[in-house]
Amino acid sequence: MFSTIRIAILALRRNLLRSFLTMLGIIVGIASVIVGVSMGTGAKAEVDKRIASMGQNLLTVMSGNMARGGVRGGFGMAPNLSIEDYDTVRREVTGIAAVSPEARISAQIAAGNQNSFIQVSGVSEEYIQARSWSLKSGENFTGGDVRGASKVCLIGATSSKTLFGEGSDPVGQVIRIKNAPFTVVGILESKGSGSFGQDQDDVILVPYTSVMKRLSGDSKFRAIFVQAESPDSLVDVQAQLTELLRRRHKIQEGRDDDFMVRNQQETSDFFNANNRVMTILIGFFAGISLVVGGIGIMNIMLVSVTERTREIGIRLAVGARSRDVMLQFLTEAVLLSLMGGALGIATGYWLAPLLTALFEFPTLISQTSVMLAFSVSAVIGIVFGFFPALKAANLDPIDALRYE
Amino acid sequence: MPAVIQLLDFHKTYQTGEIEVRAVRGVNLTIEPGEFVAIMGSSGSGKSTMMNTIGCLDRPSLGQCLMDGIETGALSRNALADLRNQKLGFVFQGFNLLSRTTAQENVELPMMYARPRPAAVEQRRRAVEALTLVGLGDRLDHTPSRLSGGQQQRVAIARALVNRPTLLLADEPTGNLDSRTSIEIMGIFQSLNEKGMTVIMVTHELDIANYCKRIVVMRDGLIRSDTHVADRLTASDELKKLDAEQKAVQLTV
Repeated sequence: MFSTIRIAILALRRNLLRSFLTMLGIIVGIASVIVGVSMGTGAKAEVDKRIASMGQNLLTVMSGNMARGGVRGGFGMAPNLSIEDYDTVRREVTGIAAVSPEARISAQIAAGNQNSFIQVSGVSEEYIQARSWSLKSGENFTGGDVRGASKVCLIGATSSKTLFGEGSDPVGQVIRIKNAPFTVVGILESKGSGSFGQDQDDVILVPYTSVMKRLSGDSKFRAIFVQAESPDSLVDVQAQLTELLRRRHKIQEGRDDDFMVRNQQETSDFFNANNRVMTILIGFFAGISLVVGGIGIMNIMLVSVTERTREIGIRLAVGARSRDVMLQFLTEAVLLSLMGGALGIATGYWLAPLLTALFEFPTLISQTSVMLAFSVSAVIGIVFGFFPALKAANLDPIDALRYE
Repeated sequence: MPAVIQLLDFHKTYQTGEIEVRAVRGVNLTIEPGEFVAIMGSSGSGKSTMMNTIGCLDRPSLGQCLMDGIETGALSRNALADLRNQKLGFVFQGFNLLSRTTAQENVELPMMYARPRPAAVEQRRRAVEALTLVGLGDRLDHTPSRLSGGQQQRVAIARALVNRPTLLLADEPTGNLDSRTSIEIMGIFQSLNEKGMTVIMVTHELDIANYCKRIVVMRDGLIRSDTHVADRLTASDELKKLDAEQKAVQLTV
């Protein structure tokens, strides 16, 4: 086997330029596989990072059910989670670290002579813990603030910049939400963009009681955020939540939920569906270029067999079996495509970071894609090298020896 | 001990398009161990076809070809390849060495396909031994392009000998060589034959055929004569004569 490989290397070295040009097809194909898959993996990693930024061990209970009737209307549906639902969850569900409802309004916010349209979220004092959010300065509002519907608020980094200018510390300042004065008690640490690509820092958090009593008059929440104590208790908490809410909403056996409990994995799957389509598409085009590269190998191997007819004749005359000749040419083809594969992988390693640098597209080269690319190039060598090798093996020794 | 080669009513017919070419039309020939046979004939006489069959590169259309008692007509492609590898050594007119491959590697080639295959060290040892035997012990790592025609033919002979065959087949081995080198090559064949090697050689030069022990002449696919060589030439004597002639020419000039 070793000597077969050595002979193949010698034969390929004899026509270095031709060997390289033949490999080029495979190089391009494998490089696009590597880069394409790295784009998919990179995008997925980015999504996962954003989802993780939503909070650790987080379960989200949402009004409505996206799956119901095939209409994806979950977020748009009328809120149907009541204050009693929230209280019961807080009292009865075990294994939770933090829980907070969310009631949202969008409102005109004014501070001094600045005003802006900012989303106001009515939440409990445990909200920032559930979302793994920390404060840059000031303090969180308290349970007492929530019970008393105090006019206090936490302000996001972007909103703070819009209303008070960069670098200022607005703790203690007063902002007006729908003309009601709220005192800023704390500023939130920047979190960056969320899973929808929205700016998570353009937000104002106030006690949910204040929103419901003073701002919107709503009595239902759109969502309840629940942080489980540990990743292990996540499934149990999810089951408890579902069971509890079905009971409270009086949903009969066999009927669909009118709410949705999502964990981060499900959210991640939802967003990654798009990435998967993209990866498949890139993979498809890379596959086409690999087939073209394979045909290139077949073409050159056929030329090589014709050129070396006499050599084949000599080998057959001194006692090479058909299989020996076949193996020799097959080894050459596989070696050609494997080397192309290796160079393609190297090109991919070089190209992917370049793509990130130039277009800020997240890329991540996975070990799996490298292994895959390498085995694919081996398979291409075998498949497209087979026909030329068969042709060489079936040559008649007399004709081959006489060939000029 | 069976005959090295026994042809019994051997026929070979080729189909080229519509036309049927009857290259050999019933030949009976027996070659015993230790013989040194020249096969002569003009082109189209059927001598090449007969050589291909004796060389296990081809099978008879009709009749039998027995090689060391084995009937080749019944063998598979692989079995024929093994027979060529183990029992036959080929020497061609055009040398047929692998270019860009050293003399030693060329000689090792038949051992690459031997079953079982000798170890690399053994392959090397036997290649060096064979090359030394033909007088090229100091040219092991020369590629064919750096060797003269005579030297290339010696490499080819070493390659033919390396698997210790029972029969050496040479197809016009001196066709591409000058007269002096031809005599040298014939000298190698003669000394191999003296050590017991059976040699069959195709040639159309009578003075080359006269180095053999037996001459078979073919015409139109049949053997026309099969004679013992009476005044056999020996290469060493002829070389001495040649040297003397050259000296005489130099003296007179």
